[in-house]
Amino acid sequence: MNEQQQTLFQFMSQQADKLGMQTLQHIGLTFISLFIAVLIGLPIGVYITRKKNLSGLVLGIAGVLQTIPSIALLGFMIPLLGIGAKPAIVALLLYALLPIIRNTYTGITGVDAAVKEAAVAMGMNKWQVLFKVELPLAMPVILAGIRTATVINVGVATLASYIAAGGLGEFIFGGISLNNTNMILAGAIPAALLAIIFDFLLSLVQKLNFKKIRGAVKVAPILLLLLSCLYFIPSAYGGKLTAGFTPEFMGRQDGNLGLRSKYGLKIHTIVISDAVMYKAAQEKELDVISGYSTDGRLKAYNLVVLDDDKKIFPPYYAAPIVRTDALDKFPDLEKTLNLLSGTITDSIMTELNYKTDYLHQTPERVAKDFLVAKKLWKPERGGNDGIVRIGSKIFGEQYILASMYSMLIKGYTNYDVTTKTGLGGTKIVFDAMTNNQIDVYPEYTGTGLLAILQAPAKMVNALQVSKDSTYNYVQKEFLKRYSIKWLKPIGFNNAYALMMREKQAKELNIKTISNLKRYLESK
Amino acid sequence: MIKVEHLVKTYGDIKAVNDISFEVDKGENMVLLGTSGCGKTTTLKILNRLIEPNSGTISIDGKNILEQPPELLRRGIGYVLQNNGLFPHYTVAENIAIVPNLLKWDKAKTQKRIDELLEKLHLTKDYLNAYPTELSGGQQQRIGLARALVANPPVLLMDEPFGALDNVTRSKIHDEFKALDELKRKTIIMVTHDVQEAFELADRIALMDKGKIVQIGTPAELLFNPVNDFVSGFLQDQRLQLEFKSIKLTDIWEHLSDTGKKTNTSSLPAETGVWDVLENFKFYPNETLNILNQQNKEFKSITFEQLMLAFSKYKNLQPHE
Repeated sequence: MNEQQQTLFQFMSQQADKLGMQTLQHIGLTFISLFIAVLIGLPIGVYITRKKNLSGLVLGIAGVLQTIPSIALLGFMIPLLGIGAKPAIVALLLYALLPIIRNTYTGITGVDAAVKEAAVAMGMNKWQVLFKVELPLAMPVILAGIRTATVINVGVATLASYIAAGGLGEFIFGGISLNNTNMILAGAIPAALLAIIFDFLLSLVQKLNFKKIRGAVKVAPILLLLLSCLYFIPSAYGGKLTAGFTPEFMGRQDGNLGLRSKYGLKIHTIVISDAVMYKAAQEKELDVISGYSTDGRLKAYNLVVLDDDKKIFPPYYAAPIVRTDALDKFPDLEKTLNLLSGTITDSIMTELNYKTDYLHQTPERVAKDFLVAKKLWKPERGGNDGIVRIGSKIFGEQYILASMYSMLIKGYTNYDVTTKTGLGGTKIVFDAMTNNQIDVYPEYTGTGLLAILQAPAKMVNALQVSKDSTYNYVQKEFLKRYSIKWLKPIGFNNAYALMMREKQAKELNIKTISNLKRYLESK
Repeated sequence: MIKVEHLVKTYGDIKAVNDISFEVDKGENMVLLGTSGCGKTTTLKILNRLIEPNSGTISIDGKNILEQPPELLRRGIGYVLQNNGLFPHYTVAENIAIVPNLLKWDKAKTQKRIDELLEKLHLTKDYLNAYPTELSGGQQQRIGLARALVANPPVLLMDEPFGALDNVTRSKIHDEFKALDELKRKTIIMVTHDVQEAFELADRIALMDKGKIVQIGTPAELLFNPVNDFVSGFLQDQRLQLEFKSIKLTDIWEHLSDTGKKTNTSSLPAETGVWDVLENFKFYPNETLNILNQQNKEFKSITFEQLMLAFSKYKNLQPHE
């Protein structure tokens, strides 16, 4: 236990720069959006106390905005506002609106009617009544709304890293992808602390008496602005080209770390989720991205892979991995899963991915078409000799493979199948397997080696020579450590690759990663 | 001073105020009396335009108030609410200074006026920096009164001003109210549902029912010349007490016989009500009291029995209902 804490501490001190930057971005994002939300929400809240018949509608709309899942809301923002800070701030402020509008409304309608009547009867005009009586008296309730909004924003801001807006989410989601608990905690603990600290500070403000609150309210906008500015400190420097890397890629030896150490590549980098990365590259928001070599969007968006001339990306041959107790329980399973072995090459996989990612065909249809073409497809037997549980990670290729396995098992054996698809990153799907939630899912040799086994650098270097040595090593180690068996490779190699727009790469004459480095260093 | 003509205010089909007209003279204290829902509060609030009437005219000092900007009108009319309506986020001093600040008085003038009022209302300066919640109900009501009086408005509107107070505090404030010379010069319109309070404080009473004024007159007129059963019925419960309060020594002067025994030098003025004379007898039931009639410079010494005898003789001469 001590060891765990120490390594977490070591990780945090190692990454202190990054951690500090992400924390500043996180605070910045939270407060820019909060500031704008107050600017918008407060007047709306006041307005609907004057036009009571609008209040239901406005509160309803704000309530609906609140129920949109955060990831989906961020997704909606990309076509409208692109990637980066803008859409993240807009999404965050939409979340912050409801508590602010609602509490302003509740606060003002809750002011003692006799006090309001007295204010009017003394001869105050409507602005004087608002600013001298209603707002000051509603302030504790309004502050409670702002406090709620702040805590929501600190939480939702972790998701901003999905669309390249930075923040502590970079560590959290990088950690989940990389199966790196320290990295998750290095993001999650500061995020939780931020929420607790801001909540506590705002609770103090709320408890101030009327006299002091008047001063506090004057200081608040300035403080909000200052905190908002924190966001811009880390992003003040830029570069010739902008790279967008997934959180997973950022933290991997065979990713950004390798690019730095082996190529000495220094590029202005933002962190982004792979769901929007390709699109951003096509729309020229990003110039270099970290993709997968079999990704269908490669074809769809006219991107080219830069040659890995120093061989830092190890092979990622896909193969189904199965719990050994499942193999004992379902004797026909292994040979059924191996039916796919050797049938899918890199180009076939890219083609299949293109059909789902770009032509928007369902993974089931793509899987069936392929199996039919290869004459592997058989109608379902409707067997009931037990249920095989198939898992997949949360991207297209894995859905297709899971569908194929499901159809093969139903067609060739008497087992039934349930699928648990979309299990997030490596850590989530692999934990599901070790906890006996799923029996089989497609994994890649490189991921097994680096993310799950976390093999030492020396071992990685030694194995990098050939695809078979990596496969043999992970097969042996998985069986020993987890009682999980690697079946035969499916055939394709879905390795990491750096990609650029074809046109830009041609113009700049960049074909390899070394070319890219040379271009970046030239003046 | 105040002239109200054909005032109407409807809410949907309900006529809250149904064609009301009345006049209040300068310095007079007019009480609008009635049960809840009779339209008295609505009438009051129309006078400073917290409620806008459907039709009718109101003039104060000959000026049509419906043509004045409401904010400016209100700054010239004092207003006292039942639940005082003090700003909880303002100190006592800030609460009192609301109207002077709206009128942009300079600080020294405001401060001087606040000090003056506090003294008149028997409040110490210690309260100035306190918040209203730190004060008792009676003190809050006095601050509410001070806030209404601070800018010296000629007209004062009071909406059940003593309604939220307990009986002991209320009668104490009633006494202060009657004694306060600031108020003697004001034209006051007060709303209450409390018959005794009306009889105690009013120069004239307008008894209202279902949006109309049933009878308007002095307390004695209402008591002894009711226009209909509603009026006599309304006063029936507390009749004797009201009679004691509304009949003054001057009214029964001719029936009072002088014992000629002058036991001490102090004397009560003849404008004193019978109720208050009885209060004086409470402590010395077997004593005689000296009374002085300023109008005809007559001086009498009376006993309790003589007072009661004169009171019943006077009552027997009144027309019977």
